[in-house]
Amino acid sequence: MGDLLFLIAGSIAILAGLLGLIRFVVGPTLPDRVVAFDVLTIITISVISLIAHVAGRIIYLDAAIVYGLLSFLGVIVVARYLERGL
Amino acid sequence: MGILHIIGGAVSILGALFLLLASIGLIRMPDVYNRMQTGTKATTFGTIMFLGGIGIATPSMATKLIILVLFIVLTNPVSSHVLARAAHFAGVPLADRSVTDKLAEHRAKEGVQ
Amino acid sequence: MGIKNFILSVLILFGTWLLLGGTFRSDVLIVGGALAVLITLLFVRQPKALTTLKVRPYALLMLFVYFWVFLFELLKSNLDVALRVVSPRLNINPGIVMVKTKLKSPMGRLLLANSITLTPGTLTVEIQDDHLFIHWIDVSSTDVDAASEKIVKGFEKYLEVFYG
Repeated sequence: MGDLLFLIAGSIAILAGLLGLIRFVVGPTLPDRVVAFDVLTIITISVISLIAHVAGRIIYLDAAIVYGLLSFLGVIVVARYLERGL
Repeated sequence: MGILHIIGGAVSILGALFLLLASIGLIRMPDVYNRMQTGTKATTFGTIMFLGGIGIATPSMATKLIILVLFIVLTNPVSSHVLARAAHFAGVPLADRSVTDKLAEHRAKEGVQ
Repeated sequence: MGIKNFILSVLILFGTWLLLGGTFRSDVLIVGGALAVLITLLFVRQPKALTTLKVRPYALLMLFVYFWVFLFELLKSNLDVALRVVSPRLNINPGIVMVKTKLKSPMGRLLLANSITLTPGTLTVEIQDDHLFIHWIDVSSTDVDAASEKIVKGFEKYLEVFYG
């Protein structure tokens, strides 16, 4: 029962990721794509945590934390580039 | 296991629904600023619920999940603010149905871009 | 850097270490404590988040109240955004408005901007001194004072207690 609920949650999250991907591909301007990238990162962090729960390995959560750090830096770098070049 | 597992699963589904809403908003909204609105708020709350559900189901992971949630709540508004500022600076226009743009007026008045 | 800030900084770093490690074994605790002191000595020069925080019982109480107010606003903003996204006519009326704040310290303004970003229909675009430029998804008033009343006041009364 509980596993089924988590399966449904994971499926919805992955569907959300696919929808976000549409905006990432279509997005007319660069900021649109970065916003989509930001949302995709958050969804990916959630899915990685779900995999950690299903596989029963706490160590996977470290990957999620590092991924969050890197994507935050990535967004900041792109924003800085947009404002005054690197 | 057992009842905690089921409660955690239900909370996670609720969070996943908010993530889905964020993605739908990303597609439906007319300009980049409105997309940011849904993209920031709905994902922050959705992740809190999603990770909270996992934390309820496996209490041994709870400490690291708390760090992850704190990190997301602190950085998500900052990154969206920085991005919104950069987008406005780079001249991404607001949607046609927008009512007012005080920041552009302010910049024009001060003679900066 | 005073002794108060030193202790606070070490406690925050050590708490993060404990949450990351998730155990209470003595060797883990000793390494974590040593690292917290070392990092504070080497790298923490001007912790603005700590030096401007007022550590008084009333301020800490307000910090606690503010946390719950913030969570409630976050929930409200999510339901608000959800309703707007699923409504077929896309019920929005967006625009960028200007508001004023009376908070002085940089940390207070940072927290105010972050709180505004996470609450119903508003997103901070730019801060210049005491003017905040806010993208509002449903503009009901373009006047500075009226907009400040609606967006800023709710948080300001808590924030001005623990960050002047």
